[in-house]
Amino acid sequence: MKNRKYLLPAAAAGVLALSLTACGGGGSSSGGGGAAGGGDAAANLDGRGPITYVQGKDNSNVVRPLIEKWNKAHPDEKVTFKEQTDQADQQHDDLVQNFQAKNANYDVVSVDVVWTAEFAAKGWLQPLKDKMALDTSGMLEPTIEAASYKGTLYAAPESSDGGILYYRKDLVPTAPKTWDEMMGMCSIAKAKNIGCYAGQFSKYEGLTVNASEAINSFGGSVLDKDGKPSLNTEEAKAGLNNLVKAYADGNIPKEAITYKEEESRQAFQDGKLLFLRNWPYVYNLATTEGSSKVKDVLGMAPLPGKDGPGASSLGGHSAGMSVYSKNKATALDFLKFLTTEETQKFFATQGSLAPVLTKLYDDKELVAKLPYLPVLKTSIENAVPRPVTPFYPAVTKAIQDNAYPAIKGEKPVDAALSDMQKSIETQSK
Amino acid sequence: MTAATELRAQQDRGRKVAQNREKWAQGRTYISALVILIWCLAPAYWMVVTAFRDVGFTYDTSILPSHVTLDNFKTAFDTSFGNRFGQALLNSVFIGVVVTVVSLLIGVFAAYALARLNFRFKFLVLGFILGASMFPGVALITPLFQLFTNIGWMGTYQALIIPNISFVLPLTVYTMTSFFREMPWELEESARVDGCTQGQAFRKVIMPLAAPAIFTTAILAFISSWNEFLIASQLSSDATQPVTVAIASFAGAQPNQIPYTAIMAAGTIVTIPLVILVLVFQRKIVAGLTAGAVK
Amino acid sequence: MATELGPTPVKKPASGGNGLHHAPKGVGEDNVIARQGKWASWLLAPTIIALAVVIVYPIISAIVMSFQADAGVDPETGFFTEGGPAGFTNYINWIAQQCASPAGGTVACPPGTLGSQFWSATATTFFFTVVTVALETVLGFWMAMIMARTFKGRSLVRAAVLVPWAIPTAVTAKLWLFIFAFEGIANKLFNTTILWTGSEWPAKWAVIIADVWKTTPFMALLILAGLQMIPAEVYEAAKVDGATAWQRFRMITLPLVKPALMVAILFRTLDALRMFDLPYILTGGANNTTTLSILVINQIRQGFNVAAALSTITFIIIFLVAFIFVRFLGANVVEQQTGASKGKK
Repeated sequence: MKNRKYLLPAAAAGVLALSLTACGGGGSSSGGGGAAGGGDAAANLDGRGPITYVQGKDNSNVVRPLIEKWNKAHPDEKVTFKEQTDQADQQHDDLVQNFQAKNANYDVVSVDVVWTAEFAAKGWLQPLKDKMALDTSGMLEPTIEAASYKGTLYAAPESSDGGILYYRKDLVPTAPKTWDEMMGMCSIAKAKNIGCYAGQFSKYEGLTVNASEAINSFGGSVLDKDGKPSLNTEEAKAGLNNLVKAYADGNIPKEAITYKEEESRQAFQDGKLLFLRNWPYVYNLATTEGSSKVKDVLGMAPLPGKDGPGASSLGGHSAGMSVYSKNKATALDFLKFLTTEETQKFFATQGSLAPVLTKLYDDKELVAKLPYLPVLKTSIENAVPRPVTPFYPAVTKAIQDNAYPAIKGEKPVDAALSDMQKSIETQSK
Repeated sequence: MTAATELRAQQDRGRKVAQNREKWAQGRTYISALVILIWCLAPAYWMVVTAFRDVGFTYDTSILPSHVTLDNFKTAFDTSFGNRFGQALLNSVFIGVVVTVVSLLIGVFAAYALARLNFRFKFLVLGFILGASMFPGVALITPLFQLFTNIGWMGTYQALIIPNISFVLPLTVYTMTSFFREMPWELEESARVDGCTQGQAFRKVIMPLAAPAIFTTAILAFISSWNEFLIASQLSSDATQPVTVAIASFAGAQPNQIPYTAIMAAGTIVTIPLVILVLVFQRKIVAGLTAGAVK
Repeated sequence: MATELGPTPVKKPASGGNGLHHAPKGVGEDNVIARQGKWASWLLAPTIIALAVVIVYPIISAIVMSFQADAGVDPETGFFTEGGPAGFTNYINWIAQQCASPAGGTVACPPGTLGSQFWSATATTFFFTVVTVALETVLGFWMAMIMARTFKGRSLVRAAVLVPWAIPTAVTAKLWLFIFAFEGIANKLFNTTILWTGSEWPAKWAVIIADVWKTTPFMALLILAGLQMIPAEVYEAAKVDGATAWQRFRMITLPLVKPALMVAILFRTLDALRMFDLPYILTGGANNTTTLSILVINQIRQGFNVAAALSTITFIIIFLVAFIFVRFLGANVVEQQTGASKGKK
């Protein structure tokens, strides 16, 4: 009998709660599934008027001056800047929430390359074809690929990014071209009592980047052309095995299992690493920061592959147009404005963002300012977009959860790859 | 041992053994207090030291301050890149104060009813209130987002204040109820015999006695609102964002760079108002107690 | 201190549940209840409404959603299509750790899927809850007893204790991440080379240490408020009777602080069972530190309806824990607060 007393309140709370929603007009319509719901891609194509541009934190103050410039030239079609937080996860969730609410005020949104397919498949992004077509000639091929879904362009490539191999010029005369060559140089590191190679092997998005690079560089791929997983191959095995073996040998130091971008940069700047895989941002900091011990001996090269340059994972952002926008004509003009040579140059000089236009990589003025551009060009030309799939969160999780124990030596490479394969299969229906 | 030392100071003078024991007890108290101080403040100390460190030496591990600079604080308050840290600080204070006052007010009502009145469905109400703090907070965001979008509240202060009130209410109600039940309600009755209404009796007799509990609950409510991040990150706008969201959008000058030094500077700034608040409340708590004692 | 409680010092706190029965029983009891009920509904209305809007509405909408299948991609068009009703499938899949098989039907979820982590996340959540709440209770009690004494610098200690709590969780997590970095101050200070976020037990302890540091003040403060309501005369009388310090603690302090302590422990437990920010930022859920709430948010990014089922399961789990708590561990907060215990005593 006594127990009853306790059960009652909660049970009653449940009943009360149910009756409350009944009055509240039904909670079911709120269903967040986001399914099929997309907006009308044929509506408002000629709409002109003020729009909003949504992007993550404007790190180096490039967006505001650009928008000021635009607003001066278009007094009737002013752009308002809506700034999100600096965290990718939160940017993603904020976009999803607003698309689900069919928010007409999120006209143009900056989309991480890995989210494009998801947003396109949900019907949230305006396809950039026919009347809304955007000229992509002169852009780097991988950036277009990453902004497309099922053969249709859904966003304007805005900025790019690729991996670079940083090395110590004082210890290694010429950069290694292949992975095996690099491993061969590890004896130099050993003699100096420093770590040989590191990337980002903590269990987060960076591990997906590094593991995919290892797999892609040896001819494997995570997904095939139809978006089906293709990990049970000799190439994929050889690629992932390189990381596993290097970690077991100590060529990748033990602590690299905790490295994200910043920790690995720090270790390299402290002189504790011979080779480092990281993004272009390291160049500026490693050559200017007071504590850097590699200021004058910093070398840069494309990532090493099987027989030549490896396949970098592609980073960067694209600018998409919301299907719910009321002023799509203005939005399209703004997308074009973001991809002009002048804007791209401004992004590069002011914000250190890698341009999407091929010819800027050979621009003398730019190269003088950003000496990593030629290396980055090779890197991006050989880059493979991270898996383009509407199920990206599931795919990246499958890679991380299995590559992590494999690198640590807790799971055989074969088993890791076949679990990756199975995980992706069960989740992409 | 607790209140004994205090008492002895007032009444139990004279016996030498007791005095020695008191000294020994005092000594132990001080040692314990020191341990507490170190445990609570050492990580915070590291935060402050890092806050004053040049960004180029972020990972320096010398225990004492090194490469000292005020740049991080300047960065934190710099508004030229669209950081609104100052505004966010005010927002947090405003939201926190409103949440604290409102949730205490309606929480005290509810607690009074639960502790003093006799009515049907009391189990039900208590179970309902407790049940409200069992749902994973992360799952509340989407429905709330849609609700507030539908009624046009997105980015407003009330969209941040009302959820926060609901988050602190269960705790407020339970704490206050548990304290109210321990109150000497006979005093209230004697006040009513003296001609006070029930409301007056509550205000003049019970509230002063409940002061320590109320201030404790107020601190709990305020800090809980001050710390809230998840809901605010999705429901606030540039103008209304609280300081937790502002800190999360602190970015380094380079993409991928984590500006630990600036984050720590922001953390330091955020902590100071709280410490001041607590010191002020301290006086209030002590005042509440002595007021009761004089009577 | 606390002498204002003088008139009825010993009787009052010990009586536990006598408070509300100043209304005479018997004749007219129903009238009294009705009158007080009216009052009570007015006093309780604001609380109930606030909770209904912000908490109950989302819970209901989650329960409704949890019986829908998530949208799937139509292989022809590449667009998502509505999933339709799912019955209990979402719930069964979580509990049995089943995933959809590419060939149709279901298979056991392979490692690398969220579905394969349900039971391990549940175990992790409980582990964190038990360890952190236990540590926080003991440390909090100790801190409260120290802070209740009179000594110079007491207000300094009281303010200092709140510092960890006053730092927003997002900053706390970053701070500990920074402290526990391989090249960080923790390894330097203790001259160790532990990969704090790189293997299971160090990662778990990193989360526990950070959580205990952050949340003990909550416990300490609530217990302190309870301690302050104990009349000093009670101790005095006990001492005259020759009770030892330990006896005084067990026979006086503990029982009298119990109501406040139980409220504190109950709410900390409910909070710990929903732990999210700290492990999410500190370890990202790696090395078996994924809690149920982390699993929920990861699943939200993959499909809302399945996530809604997981939220509901989490809700039920926490409800059961609260029930057991109230029923068996003597944390009869509900009963004691309704005054129902009177007859028993």
